[in-house]
This record gives sequence, C-alpha cells and structure tokens, in this order.
Amino acid sequence: MKTNDIILQTVTKITLFVIILFSIYLFFTGHYHPGGGFIGGLMASGAIVLLLLAYDIEMVKAILPVDYRKMIGIGLLFSAGTGAGALLAGKPFLTHAYTYANLPILGKTSLHTAVLFDTGVFLVVIGVTMTIIQTIGESD
Amino acid sequence: MFEIVLMISLFIISLAMLGLIYRVIKGPTIPDRVVALDALGINLVSIIAIVSIFLKTTAFLDIILLIGILAFIGTVAFSKYLEKGVIMERDRNS
Repeated sequence: MKTNDIILQTVTKITLFVIILFSIYLFFTGHYHPGGGFIGGLMASGAIVLLLLAYDIEMVKAILPVDYRKMIGIGLLFSAGTGAGALLAGKPFLTHAYTYANLPILGKTSLHTAVLFDTGVFLVVIGVTMTIIQTIGESD
Repeated sequence: MFEIVLMISLFIISLAMLGLIYRVIKGPTIPDRVVALDALGINLVSIIAIVSIFLKTTAFLDIILLIGILAFIGTVAFSKYLEKGVIMERDRNS
C-alpha cells in the first residue's frame, strides 16, 4: 500500500538539523555541565533514526555512506589511543592533560585531551546504536 | 505564595499523568495507547519545567529538549508501525 508521508518528510528535513545541532551542543557542554560524548552520540543516532523513519534504508545509505562497524573501530582507537598517550609521558594510563590557549574568536580557552576521548565515545555510541537498529529494524 | 501555586500545578499534572497511565494500561485500541504515551511525555516536560522553577536552576533545561525530541521520535515510530506495518523499509517506492 502506497501512503502519502509528505508531512513527515518535510518536518524531518527541518528537525534533523535541530537534533544534530543539539547533539553537538551536548557533546561540547559535557565538560562542565550535564552532557558528554555518550548522550551526544545517542542524540545523533536518534537523528539518523528519524531519517530512517521518514525515508528508506537505501536512501539513507546513499546520503550517509558510512560503515558503522568501522566507526566502532575508529572510535575505540581514539579512546584507547588517548589513554595510551599518557603512557608515553610516563604518567598512569588515562591521565589527561590540559592547557590554556588564546584562540582567535573564542578568546582564552582551555584545551583538554578529554575532548579526544569523548570523540571516541561519540563515534562508538553512534556505531553501536546504528548497527543494532539496522540489524533488527530491517523487515526482510 | 508562588511556591503554593507551583505545588498545586504539580499536583494537577500528576493527576493528569495518573489518568494517562490508566489509558495506557486499559486503552481499548492501540492508537489510544500511543496518544496517551505522547501526552505522558509532554506532561513529563511540564513537570521538569516546574521542578526547575522550584529549585531555581537551569540544569534541567537541556533535559526538556531531550525528552521532547525522544517523545517525538517515539510517537513517529509508533504511528508509522500502525499505518504501514513496518518501521524501516528497504525501498520506499517499491
């Protein structure tokens, strides 16, 4: 049966960017406030799920040509690499470093290696969630 | 005075959520339950807003947006399942 879902598709085209922006905001606010890589990754995968609901799997695969299993590996490499980088400096595993820098627009900003660790968590969460959803969500 | 108003509104929204939970459990058809679940999410948003006024904090304002987005996606998924029988299609035009 062919149904007419023009309303859902139009709403999705606008809402998708709001959700992606919110996930990026949650990712960067996670250092001093509630948020972080895990919940940001969950929100980003929620945006991809909304795209899967409004369109179909073939179209989402055409506009986001990403292998989610490789994304898990890359994320684990980021996290474990950030943890192991502390071993090179003679510190215990997962010791994080930070410094203060004067960036052009943002002014005085604290730069942490925890952001790299959180990027890894972000990628792993998107990869695991989308692998699970695409595996159990296909009808045939 | 202001806190009494907040308490009364919390109480009334809790009563509304009790009625919605009754509709989720008892509801004769599936669409009744879906609409009740959506309204439960909206009532949850209002309860969080009142609690964050009560505690004079802004830490919960992210959670309001989060619950709104999750309730929206959940309702869309339920509605698509009810209308089409599948949630994710392989090819929409076939």
